[in-house]
Amino acid sequence: MSDDTIESEDVDGEGSAENADAVIEPEADLLYGCLTSESRGQAVLHANRDDWFEIATLLFQDGWNMCVDVTAVDYLTYEPARNLPSGITPERFELVASFISHERRDRIRARVQIPELDPTVASLYSIYPGTDHLEREVFDMFGIVFEGHPDLSRILMPETWQGHPLRKDFALGRIPVQFKGTEQEAGQS
Amino acid sequence: MTVTSGQTDGQVGNNVQSGSAATGEEEAVGQLHHLPRRDSVLRMSEVRAAELADGELLDGENSQTMMMNMGPVHPSTHGVLRLMLELDGETVVRSKPVIGYLHTGMEKTGEDLTYLQGPTNVTRMDYASPLFSELAFSLAVEKLIELEIPARATWIRMLMTELNRISSNLLFMATNGMDLGAVSMMIYGWREREEVLRFFQKVTGLRMNHNYIRPGGVAADLPEGWRADVLGLLEMLPPRLEEYDVLMTGQPIWRDRLQGVGVLSPQEALALSTTGPILRSTGIAWDLRRDMPYLAYPEVEFDVLVGTYGDCYDRYAIRLNEIRQSIGIIHQILELMPSGDYRAQDSKVTPPPRARIDESMEALIHHFKIFTEGFKVPEGEVYVAIESPRGELGCYIVSDGGPKPYRMHIRGPSFVNLQTMSHMLAGSSIADAVAIISTVDPILGEVDR
Repeated sequence: MSDDTIESEDVDGEGSAENADAVIEPEADLLYGCLTSESRGQAVLHANRDDWFEIATLLFQDGWNMCVDVTAVDYLTYEPARNLPSGITPERFELVASFISHERRDRIRARVQIPELDPTVASLYSIYPGTDHLEREVFDMFGIVFEGHPDLSRILMPETWQGHPLRKDFALGRIPVQFKGTEQEAGQS
Repeated sequence: MTVTSGQTDGQVGNNVQSGSAATGEEEAVGQLHHLPRRDSVLRMSEVRAAELADGELLDGENSQTMMMNMGPVHPSTHGVLRLMLELDGETVVRSKPVIGYLHTGMEKTGEDLTYLQGPTNVTRMDYASPLFSELAFSLAVEKLIELEIPARATWIRMLMTELNRISSNLLFMATNGMDLGAVSMMIYGWREREEVLRFFQKVTGLRMNHNYIRPGGVAADLPEGWRADVLGLLEMLPPRLEEYDVLMTGQPIWRDRLQGVGVLSPQEALALSTTGPILRSTGIAWDLRRDMPYLAYPEVEFDVLVGTYGDCYDRYAIRLNEIRQSIGIIHQILELMPSGDYRAQDSKVTPPPRARIDESMEALIHHFKIFTEGFKVPEGEVYVAIESPRGELGCYIVSDGGPKPYRMHIRGPSFVNLQTMSHMLAGSSIADAVAIISTVDPILGEVDR
């Protein structure tokens, strides 16, 4: 950041407009090494899946002291063009995490693209242990696997449940109800 | 119990500093080291627990401890929370909250309801404070449409949610009293809450699950005589709260049951993403109404109450005194309540007035379209959070430009706050466990969704 300001001061009249554009543009867009965007006035980071843990570490070190929410979206049947900054490849799943800073009284949201064929991402448990339940819920509902989570088990659905209900290809109300022991009881009667 | 805001901000800062100072050592990055009792979180599948209950022991398992299930229908578990407890005699060693008994896929259902129908769904999540879920949902939708709502609608929303905060905290007073043996408190708490619900019924038509706060404003204007009704409530409550003080706050037995029980440190609370009275009980002044204001909260004065010890007693005292704060806020709302419209007159979102339907074909078509097809919301995604009686209640909505949310997610404060339970239960007796569960005040409808 400081480098850029010095540079723009150094340049003389002629090329300054061009240079300022070239230098300041990426600086304004990059935050914690991520592309950023704005959604209805809310700051959004577009994090790379492979760097997710490092980015979260940077966020934590910079005073984002609480991860309040982790959820996901399955974009399988989303029709309009996805509004992502260029350089981000849209994938089927998207992990959405919200952070707050008590000191700055501010919040920031990070979105991570997660491919359908390899739905894994690093767990933030060791940085933000409060993500324990939230990541389990995302695993339960979307089948996204969090590497490094101490106990990635189902949390809302029964342990023996098949499938991940909030995926868009998990049809609403069109599946036989699965409950433990029902077969046995039906057989007995 | 101390009553000030801001004074504990230093504590938050300290925590952040210690977090960054420790980054030199590989292991200390992050907040995990703030959780000295993390081994008390039981990580065991139900199948394994059932095997142990049948008396089967594998090599190396500690045969001194015993697995016990508390709930899902234990009276102190506030609904259908089940706790798997590993006990050493009378002492809890490890524990795991088992949830999901009330899971009905409300987020999935939300994807199949129009934005107008949405509040009927979310209002059933936190059934003790339904107006808050409606508010979070409506604010998120309005943010997506970038819709301005009239001032009166904003103030009606504030009035109703503050009254709801009172009724929710009264419910806590009642159940907390009952859990700890103050059975008459149960009757008192429900009695006072009923008075508030009676007012809700007058305004919204229903005691609970109101569907009153909707995208665009509220469903109806306040009925005639509402001011006298609210004043009546505000007059009735303070002496009753004094009564609670006599019955509980000062009683040595009550204090013995709560003080020093279920202590949570501020570092633990922050690390576990705790919000609401549980976070404030540890001394961290964080209230979204003050720190990230929504509605017209900057225009009213109130104190953010914080505790000192983070024990059950602080959590009880904060909730009791937040009723008093809400009474103060409502007095100000009564003074500042503007006149005007109770919903936005945006023909895209608001159905036309009933009288117009008889006169105008366009109004009829418009009415029909809004209630069958719903109104369309521009593409985008937003996260909006408000301070519910239990903490940060967030609503995340992704819109694909259609009349139904593409994805609707509610961040339930109880769901996240439940994580503190295992930490607080570590080393306590079963009798104290009841006090701890009670003062976490989870609403299982919101936990399971």
